[in-house]
Amino acid sequence: MSGIPHDHYEPKTGFEKWLHSRLPIVGLVYDTIMIPTPKNLNWMWIWGIVLAFCLVLQIITGIVLAMHYTPHVDLAFASVEHIMRDVNGGYMLRYLHANGASLFFIAVYIHIFRGLYYGSYKAPREVTWIIGMLIYLAMMATAFMGYVLPWGQMSFWGATVITGLFGAIPFIGESIQAWLLGGPAVDNATLNRFFSLHYLLPFVLAALVAIHIWAFHTTGNSNPAGVEVRRGSKEEAEKDTLPFWPYFVIKDLFALAIVLLIFFAVVGFMPNYLGEPDNYIEANPLATPAHIVPEWYFLPFYAILRAFTADVWVVQLANWVSFGIIDAKFFGVIAMFGAIAVMFLVPWLDTSSTRSGRFRPMFKWWYMLLVIDFLVLMWGGSRPTTGIYPIISLIASAYWFAYFLVILPLLGVIEKPTTPPATIEDDFNAHYGNH
Amino acid sequence: MSQTEDNPGSRRDFLYYATAGTGAVAVGAAVWPLVNQMNASADVRALSSILVDVADVETGTQITVKWRGKPVFIRRRDETDIKLARETPLEDLVDTESRNANKPGTDASDQNRTLDEDGEWLVMMGVCTHLGCVPLGGASGDFGGWFCPCHGSHYDSAGRIRKGPAPRNLDVPVCAWFDDTTIKLG
Repeated sequence: MSGIPHDHYEPKTGFEKWLHSRLPIVGLVYDTIMIPTPKNLNWMWIWGIVLAFCLVLQIITGIVLAMHYTPHVDLAFASVEHIMRDVNGGYMLRYLHANGASLFFIAVYIHIFRGLYYGSYKAPREVTWIIGMLIYLAMMATAFMGYVLPWGQMSFWGATVITGLFGAIPFIGESIQAWLLGGPAVDNATLNRFFSLHYLLPFVLAALVAIHIWAFHTTGNSNPAGVEVRRGSKEEAEKDTLPFWPYFVIKDLFALAIVLLIFFAVVGFMPNYLGEPDNYIEANPLATPAHIVPEWYFLPFYAILRAFTADVWVVQLANWVSFGIIDAKFFGVIAMFGAIAVMFLVPWLDTSSTRSGRFRPMFKWWYMLLVIDFLVLMWGGSRPTTGIYPIISLIASAYWFAYFLVILPLLGVIEKPTTPPATIEDDFNAHYGNH
Repeated sequence: MSQTEDNPGSRRDFLYYATAGTGAVAVGAAVWPLVNQMNASADVRALSSILVDVADVETGTQITVKWRGKPVFIRRRDETDIKLARETPLEDLVDTESRNANKPGTDASDQNRTLDEDGEWLVMMGVCTHLGCVPLGGASGDFGGWFCPCHGSHYDSAGRIRKGPAPRNLDVPVCAWFDDTTIKLG
């Protein structure tokens, strides 16, 4: 599968030869786990394994939770309490599943920001990046629908607000919203279809993950130096790489063990820390909680959604240009989806030919600012919409778009990068000494 | 295989287009029921009108009833509410349409929003026109009406949007007096 020269599976015994000529599945697995991997990968390259673990954890805990859960508006909340109180070990399964979603998003955000710093999205890895972004979208859809299932106050009102985003589309929005909900408001039909889709999407995710891995096994991994593995001969390639098994598997499992140490401490001792207390109140369609906030992992985009109010000049300009079709509400929705769309386009927005941020003196600072900006947006999304908070969110939203649409295209032209090492071997030896 | 003449507009082209066309229709016919099953079912559509007894509603208070899965505010306004709403000039409003299903196309003056001429009864959907939260009542917000806690929209004592991200006044549903103390919704 890989373009990097390496040893391939050779069937030895009679049975292996018999099977290989009928179904080369052992060879496929062998080539996958023995892939030559750049030996200079640092600790930021462990999050892929953490993400794979999260997907498996969520699917397994999710399947067993579905054995005890009832997707009906009168019974859903009680069935979740039944899981918490009556089902053997049910509280642990539910806390693993709920906090597993948070671990999944922590890992995916670090994984994405690693890609943004080391230029992992650049040619020839654009397809890997785009599949990754599709995975991220599918994760958000899955997490959103899963959060509705316990049928608490935040579940109900979160579903109302998020499906309301589709209602903001001019002319056809309200029909789309009614179609998504299966009625005029969030109700039993909504809960049932969300349960169905929440069960389906993780398997779509698993398929996308396989394609994601297939794509970067074709191009080879990116790496902190941003230089490609030499492919002239197997000997040359082996100076730059080590096989994934056992070297990187052991390293990744060690990192996973440390991550899980923290994860299980949270699940065991503070399982509700990242949750909203209001979701332990059963859904009431007649009363909105005083302060609706989404789960922490949606906060940055929620802040962008709320930042563009009718008094912002770009909103007024869009309203004027579109003869009033684009109002503040629709503009907010466009901005929120646009904030994700610019990430899809980053392989073409970044004009610099130097891949790794390590060798881009100006880029480094703008990138640091983007990380801070993301955290500010996350904080801004959790604040009320009064006082100074909307202004802060607006400035942070503006920087998010400026980074992708203005700074990255310009930096490639005006920045003078330093010289990266000639080979991965040189980079490795410079960091770890010549062994 | 023998060489066949494949001129533009030949019988072969016709067969290609006919097959592709039939295939497209078949796929559409198969997909439509799968899309349509997600629209509101017959039992949901059946709950279209209800009667509400308002004999016990005191002046200056509000009841909230559930209609078509959504809250409806029925407020019996006091003198202060009515005065506040009627003294507001139309130029101060964000949305100048009444948004009253019973009086389509009228302006947002207080008389066009209320159920009766005197303006004592105000019936409207308790659904913020921004993203669908339920605004808080009890003369809250900066304009003595309703305040939506989700994203900070302020409505006045006639349910008209005055400040915040919501684009429209609170919608007045189809409603009428059924008898002296009962309002029919829908």
